[in-house]
Amino acid sequence: MIMPVTVHPIKKSEPSKIKAASIRIGAIVLALVASSLFILLLKLNPIDVYIKMVHGAFGSAYRVRETIVKAIPLVITSLGIGIAFRMQFWNIGGEGQIAMGAFAATFIALEMGDMSRPVVLLLMILAGMLVGGLWALIPAFFKAQWGTNETIVTLMMNYIGIKWVTYLQYGPWRDPKSLGFPKIANFTENAILPKLFGIHIGWVIALVLVVLIHIFINHTKKGYEVAVIGESINTARYAGINIKKTILIAIMLSGGLCGLVGMIQASAVNNTLSVEITGGVGYTAIITAWLAALNAPVILVVSVLFAALLEGGSYIQTVFGIPQAAAEILQGIILFFVLGSEFFVRYKFVFVKRHQVTVGKEVH
Amino acid sequence: MENNYISMKNINKSFGKVVANKNINLAVRKGEIHALLGENGAGKSTLMNMLSGVYTPDSGSIFVKDKEVMFAAPKDAINAGIGMIYQHFKLIDVLTAKENIILGQKNSFFLNQKALSEKIREMSVRFGLDIDPDKKVYNMSVGEKQTLEILKVLYRGAEILILDEPTAVLTPQETEKLFKIMNRMKEEGCAVVFITHKMNEVMEVADRITVLRKGETVRTVEKESTNPKHLTELMMGCPVDLSIKRIETEKSKVAMEVRDLSAFNAEGVKVLKEMSFNIYSGEILGVAGIAGSGQRELCEAIAGLYPVKNGQIIFEEENLIGKSPSEIIAKGISLSFIPEDRLGMGLVASMDIVNNIVLKLYQRQKGIFINRKPAEQKSLEIVKQLDIQTPGIKHPVRMLSGGNIQKVLLGRELDSKPQVLITAYPVRGLDVNSCYTIYDLLNEEKQKGVAVLYIGEDLDVLLELCDRIMVICAGQITGIVDARNITKEEIGLMMVGAVNSIQKEEVSEYDNASDRTPN
Amino acid sequence: MDALISFLHAAIVAGTPLLFATLGEIVTERSGNLNLGVEGMMLMGAVMGFMVGLSTGNAALAMLTAMIAGACGALIFAFLTITLRANQVVSGLTLTIFGSGFADFVGQDLVGKIAPEGLRMFFRPYTIPLLGNIPFIGPVLFRQDAFVYLGYLTSILLGIYLYRTSKGLNLRSVGENPGAADAAGINVTLYKYLHTLLGGALCGLGGAYLSLVYVPALQEGVTAGRGWIAVALVIFAAWNPYKALFGAYLFGGLDIIGFRMQGLGINVSQYFIDMLPYLVTISVLVVVSMKKSKEKASPKGLGNAYFREER
Repeated sequence: MIMPVTVHPIKKSEPSKIKAASIRIGAIVLALVASSLFILLLKLNPIDVYIKMVHGAFGSAYRVRETIVKAIPLVITSLGIGIAFRMQFWNIGGEGQIAMGAFAATFIALEMGDMSRPVVLLLMILAGMLVGGLWALIPAFFKAQWGTNETIVTLMMNYIGIKWVTYLQYGPWRDPKSLGFPKIANFTENAILPKLFGIHIGWVIALVLVVLIHIFINHTKKGYEVAVIGESINTARYAGINIKKTILIAIMLSGGLCGLVGMIQASAVNNTLSVEITGGVGYTAIITAWLAALNAPVILVVSVLFAALLEGGSYIQTVFGIPQAAAEILQGIILFFVLGSEFFVRYKFVFVKRHQVTVGKEVH
Repeated sequence: MENNYISMKNINKSFGKVVANKNINLAVRKGEIHALLGENGAGKSTLMNMLSGVYTPDSGSIFVKDKEVMFAAPKDAINAGIGMIYQHFKLIDVLTAKENIILGQKNSFFLNQKALSEKIREMSVRFGLDIDPDKKVYNMSVGEKQTLEILKVLYRGAEILILDEPTAVLTPQETEKLFKIMNRMKEEGCAVVFITHKMNEVMEVADRITVLRKGETVRTVEKESTNPKHLTELMMGCPVDLSIKRIETEKSKVAMEVRDLSAFNAEGVKVLKEMSFNIYSGEILGVAGIAGSGQRELCEAIAGLYPVKNGQIIFEEENLIGKSPSEIIAKGISLSFIPEDRLGMGLVASMDIVNNIVLKLYQRQKGIFINRKPAEQKSLEIVKQLDIQTPGIKHPVRMLSGGNIQKVLLGRELDSKPQVLITAYPVRGLDVNSCYTIYDLLNEEKQKGVAVLYIGEDLDVLLELCDRIMVICAGQITGIVDARNITKEEIGLMMVGAVNSIQKEEVSEYDNASDRTPN
Repeated sequence: MDALISFLHAAIVAGTPLLFATLGEIVTERSGNLNLGVEGMMLMGAVMGFMVGLSTGNAALAMLTAMIAGACGALIFAFLTITLRANQVVSGLTLTIFGSGFADFVGQDLVGKIAPEGLRMFFRPYTIPLLGNIPFIGPVLFRQDAFVYLGYLTSILLGIYLYRTSKGLNLRSVGENPGAADAAGINVTLYKYLHTLLGGALCGLGGAYLSLVYVPALQEGVTAGRGWIAVALVIFAAWNPYKALFGAYLFGGLDIIGFRMQGLGINVSQYFIDMLPYLVTISVLVVVSMKKSKEKASPKGLGNAYFREER
């Protein structure tokens, strides 16, 4: 096949951060356009829908609070997932780690809910992080020891974790006072996180963690080692990095953060433990972490935006009768576009005419 | 007038800003062995990749048997009768020789195993190529794999063979065998192009030689009318002495003693067999051996990265076995290993120079935080000292050219002021100037009293640079010889285990010398 | 004995959706693509197949639609990862999320509906003459519905394709070493696309079995994580279609064992039985990864995009 013009993709010299960001934003815009087509199919006006979505997320003080409450678990889980991903450890087990963290926190709440508030809450946080961390440690151990595929193991642990909570909810922890539908008892006041400015202090925790994790990744030895291992495990070996130990620590941290989310959700949002405790955050966080390029401050921004998307999404559900599933489709479309846009960030196209001495266009 | 099998006219090819080939003209005749000579980076492989359909020229024309052709994919080149044997073999490890040969061909829908074996046997006899069609590639030696590649290409009806640096991984004996095969091809009427940077090979086997320099054709000469000195001049652009100076130092104390080192790999195969040798301060001890003889395992064992079953490694009166890699690094033993893909074992491609330099510095810092300021300082020093071409120390390392990447790696290792420097394949794929920079660096270290363990593929370099050469074969030391008094052929025999001459007199002579030399 | 036969029979039925998904993913991974969107493609197939089956009553049309739906999902993935060289893990996960949302959305009016009578008749068990009368094996293997037989056939055909045809050889090389395949003149991109799409089609078919035959109704999340077990089964089966048969039916058995155990009076909490397939999957994966063998290893080019001009 002889073509008069050949098109080659060629790796770009390092793209500027601004250019990369603008391409990603462009992708999101494109995604919104594509989604508009989808909305049109529903016989609705896309502009109308988008405006109502923004209204639903930020339209009133109440709604802003709701959006933030939705953003908090997303931020913290994304931070946790981001650490694991940075090491090329595909931690899909966020759901399970959240659930198990919630379970541990609930245990403390139910057994020791009468102790003084700071003590109970502290113990709940510790328990949640510990158990969430351990839940992630199991697949990490298998990976570190035998190279077992972590994607599937973490995922299987999700199902096991959720089933465990289901068992508790329908079995030993079922509240005898609950009529009809099985439910675990509500937490006592002491086991519920206090509020600050009308929102539970999870938001403070989230902000603090954004800063801490950012420092961890960029300025500590362990954070550096995590990045090296993720990039090139052989280089890490040759540099004398203790790979197994670093994997275990990093993934335990990853799971611990998810476990913390479980505690926060159980304590502050649901005031109890139930099968729906995760709200799919374990999966959504994968998207937000990836969209944010695993970068802590950007995770904060992206998570808030995503929470707005979800909050706005449930608003238009009631206003327009658009089903919940539509939000998932929208999430998928956005991520597809961003994934595809990576290509345009990394490569440029070179058009070369035959029989003409032409060199590809420069990028600067 | 044209009885040219191949004719490449005014070929140009660039990759972004880098001009790889500029106005190249090349003609190859039927029944000749044509050498494409040039140093690393001269553009030889790029040119041949266009002939084999991997790249397309930006401008210029290619003629095969006087007909103009345009290749959009390797398939087109194969159909035109061109067969390329790449430096890095394009073989599927888990398949057999036969399966690799028939891959991608217009075979019948169902594989007729017997008929195919027959055809392959017939071809291998005709060309004198010894191949077991049912052997799995991962069980083959390098020489066998290369033979397989040649047969593969002939099976597809290639009349033009292109070999890219074929001798880089062969022992001297295997190289001789290859040359015999090439001559056989010539007799059968094929045109053979072979890419190399080694003068002596060219003088031995080529009919005509085209020299490339910095992406341009310098000249095409007949072998009879040239000599190595002339070729060197054409290759480098000026008369250059390509010999490596061996600096003479006084034999000093034993820096490290390896005794009866034995190790097993994950599959239970013994990869190091009771290795015993000494390395002295102020010497360069070369290690020669076929790929996979245990070089990597030996390096890793010394660095504490490979599990050792038996034996001792004595350094500063301590046994290193059992110590962690970071402890060994802290003691002053440094390992720089350039793997085939050049980035995988010492550097992190996406990080900048500073973060790569930090890799060796951060462990000595106290506390949990990393202070990058000293690393920035060091980076600037190293870049200046080694003349590393980079847009800046904050740019990802993968953007640098191969030579500069390897300089960064070596610079970092040298900066830690090691007492024992283990360097494996440090000049892999580098252009001549960079090579010499590195040889000079190693000689400097030698003069400072560092013990240098140099693992390399190029026997000529080993013979010129090193004081002693240790030859290993299948995990065993088959010889430790004085580089001044040995020939390539003798080393070659030791590399395949045909000769095992642990010259005890040699070793003890040095030991005696060390007793007499003041510390 | 009868209980055993009935159990094995049911295990095969339960394992059939797993089988299709596993075979589909084997084909995809053999071409070097790791498509974690199996769950999404199964759901898309389940919904679309059901929808068409419900409106037309035509089994063949329903199955075909399911295959196309699965292939469409795979097409998105293929385009992203092969042409645009996006990260395969994240792309596959996104496909799962998207596919799940798509299935819920499209199927919202159909949830709870049962497969039409005509289809259920079509998919009732059919005894193969002669073979069906072999003691023990007969009732287990050869008194099944058409879909199950299709499963046997697909597995065998794929095995023959992979190991005995030249195209299959080409496929294996694309997955192992795309550079070598390219140099041998094979159109790597074409092979990757075709086989990823084929893989998706098979996954869609697996989903359709659930909604058309197994349940047979449309439920939200009818796949219940089977897509993920299939990904694990691919590793368990060492990328071998014949071994996939064994693995899928084994897990089919695990799926239904809870039922049987309760029937036998063994009193184990329902929830722990539910956990069993997942626990076993983990154990299987760990054991497989402990034993390392060159032959049983994943295709070496798995998970990486291939591009020729790399400078």
